[in-house]
Parts: sequence; C-alpha cells; structure tokens
Amino acid sequence: MAGGNGTSPCASCKLLRRRCAQDCIFAPYFPSDDPHKFAIVHKVFGASNVSKMLQELPVHQRTDAVSSLVYEANARVRDPVYGCVGAISCLQNQVSELQMQLAVAQAEILCIQMQQESTVLPSQPIDSCIDNERTYFLNNSLPQYLNFPSSSSSNVIHDSLKMEGIFGHDMVS
Amino acid sequence: MISGRCAACRYLRRRCPSDCIFAPYFPPNNPQRFASVHRIYGASNVARMLQQLPPDLRAQAADTLYYEAECRVENPVYGCVGVLSRLHEQIEEAESELAKTRANIVLNSDVGQQSQVQQIDDEVEDNSSLLQAQTIVGQTQFGSSF
Repeated sequence: MAGGNGTSPCASCKLLRRRCAQDCIFAPYFPSDDPHKFAIVHKVFGASNVSKMLQELPVHQRTDAVSSLVYEANARVRDPVYGCVGAISCLQNQVSELQMQLAVAQAEILCIQMQQESTVLPSQPIDSCIDNERTYFLNNSLPQYLNFPSSSSSNVIHDSLKMEGIFGHDMVS
Repeated sequence: MISGRCAACRYLRRRCPSDCIFAPYFPPNNPQRFASVHRIYGASNVARMLQQLPPDLRAQAADTLYYEAECRVENPVYGCVGVLSRLHEQIEEAESELAKTRANIVLNSDVGQQSQVQQIDDEVEDNSSLLQAQTIVGQTQFGSSF
C-alpha cells in the first residue's frame, strides 16, 4: 500500500488501510514514523472529524491544530472523565490563590506606608490591615456544572508544562 | 415514544431506547449541547467513551466533553489548550507581580526602621543639647556665686 508518488503512506492511511493520496490532508502532520500520534487522535476524535477540522483551517494553522488535538486526545485517554479540564481547574485555582496573595501583599505595603506617614496617630497593627483585605478572587471561568476535585488533574498537569515543547513558540495570539 | 427522545436521538433522527447511553446527559431541552459534542467527537466516539466509564462518572465526563467541544468550536486551532496557555501566562504574571510587591514590602520595612532609628537619634541629640545648655547655665550661675 504505497502512497500516490510511491512513498510510504502516512500514519493515518496506514491505520485506515487506504491509499495515501498525494494531497492527503493527514500526510503532512501524521508521518509514518509516529503511528501512535494518529492512533490516539483517531481514537478520541475520529478520522473524519479530524479531517473536517483540518479542512476548515488555513494551511498555516493546521500544524498547531494537530498538536493541540494530539494533546487533548492524550489528556482524554489518560483521564477519561476530566481530560484537559482537570488541568484547567487546577491552574485556575493557582491563579486565584496568587491573586489573593497579591492582594494581601499590596495591603501590607499600604499599611506600612500609612504607619510611616502617620507619626501622631497610634500605629495600627499590620495584621488587622491585612485581615480586611482577605478577599478571595474566584475568577473561575469554568461553568458551574463543572465541579470536581483538582487531584484528578495531577497526570495532565505535567503535560501542560510541556506545551512549549509541543508548539515551540508562543501560541496564544 | 417519539416525544420523549433525548437530544442525541433527535439529532441523529432515531428512536430513543429506554437504555439510551446519551439520554441522561443530553436532555431534549438543550439540543446545542449534543450538537457541539457531536461536531467535535462524533456520536459513536462519545457513546464509546461513556460506555467505558462507570455510570456514576458519566455525567462528569459528558460535561467535560461538552466543555472541551465548546472550547474547540470557539478556538478551532488551539481548543482548550489555548485556555491552558493563557492560564500559564496569568500565573507567571501574578508570580512576578507578587515577587515585586514582596520586595517592596521589605524595602519599605527597612526604610521605616531606618527612619525610626533616625528619630530616636534626633531625640537623644536634642536631650543632650538641652543637658549641655542646662549645665552651662548652672555653671554660670554657680560661677557667679563664687
């Protein structure tokens, strides 16, 4: 089963057991030396859905699209219940925690500056200033119906840290 | 019963059996939910993924599949990986801001302590000058008395 120009068929056509056409939409992104990449994407999304998604994109965006699909497929296989969403939830919790710490720190500076400027008024304990600023930033963009423990995301988080390796560039426009 | 079909069976134009795998998670009052999931994953893939899970986890799985599908529809290139990337950026920015703020706290605390020390020094100096002045006055008075 050779490709249209006699070359080896791509991983997709090998798996789907079909002739690999010269204009095969999968061939540039699923080389024959990495069969697992297409296998996992096919398992989660299906070949026809992947083909449709790629066809709807301009050519220069298809590589990144394939990378993100592979990433999501891997996450879903590793965590069939939560997929990528577990990692999203965990990171959002980290953001909220950091924002809270930042608010506390900013309140602390304010208190210190107030103490330095006020030499007549009795000094106010810093702790009471900070307690007034202990507000939580629950900027959770996940919809309310998604409610799950963050411990399920431990496997996916490690992968999320390798995103730069997957894309090799700043992917967020 | 045709009127009791779930959103999936309505979309797929088929009879909705009593043990339909989709029915509990794709109610007829939200057709867009199944349409979204079907567009990205396909009905057979969704059915297979749900069937492979214990029943008590299927609702959560359906919700996360819907969320990821929506992310992919909104961002066809990066899907929810784009969300992850943005969150990483937010974390980096927040950590950087926090480090700067904490450094400012240390700086302001040091400046505060230095100004307190300076104030104490000034008070000591003032008292010392006063004592000297009193001494001089005293000597002058005693001196004049001899």
